[in-house]
Amino acid sequence: MSYEFLVNDIRLMTYNLQLITYNMRILFYILQKEFIQIFRNKGMLPIIFVLPMVQMLILVFAATFEIKQVDMMIVDLDHSPASRQLTNQIMGNKLFRMNAFPTSATEAEQMIQASKSDLALVIPRDFDKKITLHQNPDVQILVDAINGNAAQLGSAYLSNIIRDFHKSILMQQKVAGAPEASVVEIESSFWYNPTLNYRHYMAPGILVVLITVIGMFLGSMNLVREKELGTIEQINVTPIKKWQFIAGKLMPFLLIGLFELIFGLTLAKIVFNIPFVGSFPLLFGISAVYLVLVLSAGLYFSTISDTQQQVTFVVYFLMMVFLLMSGLFTPVESMPTWAQNIDRFNPLFYFVRIMRGIVLKGAGISEIFNDFLALLAYAVGMFSLAIWRYRKTS
Amino acid sequence: MREAVITVKNMVKKFGDFMANDNLNFEVYKGEIFGFLGANGAGKTTAIRILCGLSTPTSGEMKVAGFDIYRETEKIKRNIGYMSQKFSLYEDLTINENIRFYGGIYGIKPEERKRRSKLMLDRLELTPYADRKIGDLPLGWKQKLAFSIAILHEPDIVFLDEPTGGVDPVTRRQFWNLIYEAVERGITVFVTTHYMDEAEYCDRVSIMDEGKIVVLDTPDALKKQFNAANMDEVFVKIARTSPPTPLPNGEGRK
Repeated sequence: MSYEFLVNDIRLMTYNLQLITYNMRILFYILQKEFIQIFRNKGMLPIIFVLPMVQMLILVFAATFEIKQVDMMIVDLDHSPASRQLTNQIMGNKLFRMNAFPTSATEAEQMIQASKSDLALVIPRDFDKKITLHQNPDVQILVDAINGNAAQLGSAYLSNIIRDFHKSILMQQKVAGAPEASVVEIESSFWYNPTLNYRHYMAPGILVVLITVIGMFLGSMNLVREKELGTIEQINVTPIKKWQFIAGKLMPFLLIGLFELIFGLTLAKIVFNIPFVGSFPLLFGISAVYLVLVLSAGLYFSTISDTQQQVTFVVYFLMMVFLLMSGLFTPVESMPTWAQNIDRFNPLFYFVRIMRGIVLKGAGISEIFNDFLALLAYAVGMFSLAIWRYRKTS
Repeated sequence: MREAVITVKNMVKKFGDFMANDNLNFEVYKGEIFGFLGANGAGKTTAIRILCGLSTPTSGEMKVAGFDIYRETEKIKRNIGYMSQKFSLYEDLTINENIRFYGGIYGIKPEERKRRSKLMLDRLELTPYADRKIGDLPLGWKQKLAFSIAILHEPDIVFLDEPTGGVDPVTRRQFWNLIYEAVERGITVFVTTHYMDEAEYCDRVSIMDEGKIVVLDTPDALKKQFNAANMDEVFVKIARTSPPTPLPNGEGRK
């Protein structure tokens, strides 16, 4: 009796095994065909190699909020030893480039109005006199706040220099033996990116953009192309399974995406000497999940589009929204709360955080576990949605 | 009573208000060449797409190769071949690669596929061109190939939707020879065409007009019935009795 059960079990198992190998073999033929077509496409190799190079070599440098130089003016109405000392101290700072010495505050204002300079310091006529008389001298800072970042940084630096200047004056004037005024000194040490190198911050983000573009566009356009050519009809009359078809469209670009990641990381290492402190396998595993997610999203939209134009438009629009909200260029924390809530649906938000965490902080699976879980759930959902939405029968 | 491989009862397909297929009823017998004729937009492609499982009918009962069209669509697909009017081999793949792909996804074992592929290419005299891309071949060759690949998995039925559109008479003759050979191997052929000389090659012919089947019989019987010398005259007489009306927004295609 139990022997019969065993025989049946074995029979069922062999049958299942045969079914699995049969299905896998069919998937193999689909993949073989996709790979031949992808690499036979003359536009493909340039996309695979030029895209990451352009992104890594140009975008990482260009996409920066880092302020390297502020054009400034000094309106010295005092022409005194003290005002010259302050001027010298400011000019000694690499951030500031003196580009004019107007003779009045009005003239300085006009220059700022004309965008010829970002910042002006007005030293009043009685500057030296007030210092000598132990009164508090005033100076005025005029800032062009169109570029808020530069304005803030410039005026902050300038204020610091003026404070230092003031401190040194006080020291000179200090009466011997008088108790020293206690001052709280703040020394910041920057973790994970100690030199505050903006490129180290941007490069992992740009890598995210790279594999997102690859994932969302290439897969979706490939599927819609079969619709345009009509070859998908021929596929749809075969007994091919829906998951086989979608997986066949997804897997080649998954591999290409992972290759792009290696290529991009290598460039980042060679060109920017990015301190890659995290785990490679972890980064790869998570990137694979992320790629499945974006590829499935692209494929989903291609199942509901008829032409490459349609799908490109939809995917492009979505990518813009996702990218700008991802925290890649602007911190998510500065967004209004409702926008931050919407961002929970943004796969890029999670992936940018994970990527920076792994590459720059060396985050392990425990630190990024929640983000990873969100990504995984999203990927599984999107992949299922793409398969479900693909119709062999219209 | 011959064995029916396709049974269609009350097939209706509507696109909005437009009746593409208005209550079709017919049977196709095993091993015959069934001609499906009609003017452009008469509803032929719509019907063929439904029978292939590419489109769902609005209502009606249909069986193809013994399987129900609603519930057993995937089983039907295993047992049919289809060649659409839109050319459907991969132009950027070679002849061999197309054969390998289509053979592969029908689950034909590699040795068997190679055997069939060799027979087919020898028959088509395309062996020397096996590694040429399909896109580089003349249309006539492509169509013969598309047909041969559509029956590579030896289906019970093959559906041909205007297979000879745009090719010269000689190639059409060669194409029909391939069809006859397929019938000899036991494949039932369901074919739509515009060429009335091709209608003469069919065992039975149905002529559709405005979504309805107007007549269905052997070419000889139809010629007798309409007192016509050939199928061309039959077609014109039928078309004259019911003048074609323009379609709304070309919805019939699709």
